[in-house]
Amino acid sequence: MVPLSWYLAVAAVLFVLGLFGVLSRRNAVAILMGVELMLNAVNINLLAFWRYTQPENVAGLVFAVIVLTVAAAEAAVGLALFIALYRLRESVNVDEIQLLKG
Amino acid sequence: MILKVVFLLVSLFTVGSALMVVTHKNLFSSALFLVASFFGVAALYVLLEAEFLAVAQVLIYVGAIATLIIFAIMLTRGMMSGRTSPRNDQAAWAGLASVVLGLVLLYVVVFRVQWPVVEKPVPPDTIEQLGRALVGRYVVPFEVASVLLLAALVGAVLIAREKEV
Repeated sequence: MVPLSWYLAVAAVLFVLGLFGVLSRRNAVAILMGVELMLNAVNINLLAFWRYTQPENVAGLVFAVIVLTVAAAEAAVGLALFIALYRLRESVNVDEIQLLKG
Repeated sequence: MILKVVFLLVSLFTVGSALMVVTHKNLFSSALFLVASFFGVAALYVLLEAEFLAVAQVLIYVGAIATLIIFAIMLTRGMMSGRTSPRNDQAAWAGLASVVLGLVLLYVVVFRVQWPVVEKPVPPDTIEQLGRALVGRYVVPFEVASVLLLAALVGAVLIAREKEV
């Protein structure tokens, strides 16, 4: 069997890549893509711990299913916000959105 | 042995696509690499013997979320091309912070901690148990998730709606 730490390493790399995307991108949609990568990394971790510690207990799977649902809800609301923002400002670059700046 | 080779190939594919997602200049190509990365993660779920989650991953992430993202890219057009830099001016610091965090994480999860691993097979009726658990023991999180989804979708329609002035 593949060692557990290999899965954890892949998930860590995926999470860090998503974090880099979130921190370095200007386009809001690209930032959302980074968030999705991070959520995927978290789900890999959840399923890896389920498989390698308690495969007879479905709590790990339930947790992953809930994370999947929340990711879908987050993507829907986030993209709707970006579309509304684009109507308002003709741009989805987050460094050009400064409506609150006096 | 063969499982390890398959795992390495799949994770290389997933991580490589993820790297392209965060570094590619063209936003649309980033979205397509994101789809590839989601498929790689689904393959990792199959390797973890979580077949239901793998199918759900393909349906929800590849089928729904990736399509939504591509729709959003097309609706917010003009930002796709490399007219201006896709990165903000803190990108170097972001890269440094990510590399440091990544190295710390890798050191801790691979070398530092002894994970309490048990070698047990997955019961063959896992999917049935998952279904029962979702409407039995875990019915409250399940219902909260469905209310959240409903609220999010109604809210998304309301936010993205064209306002008649």
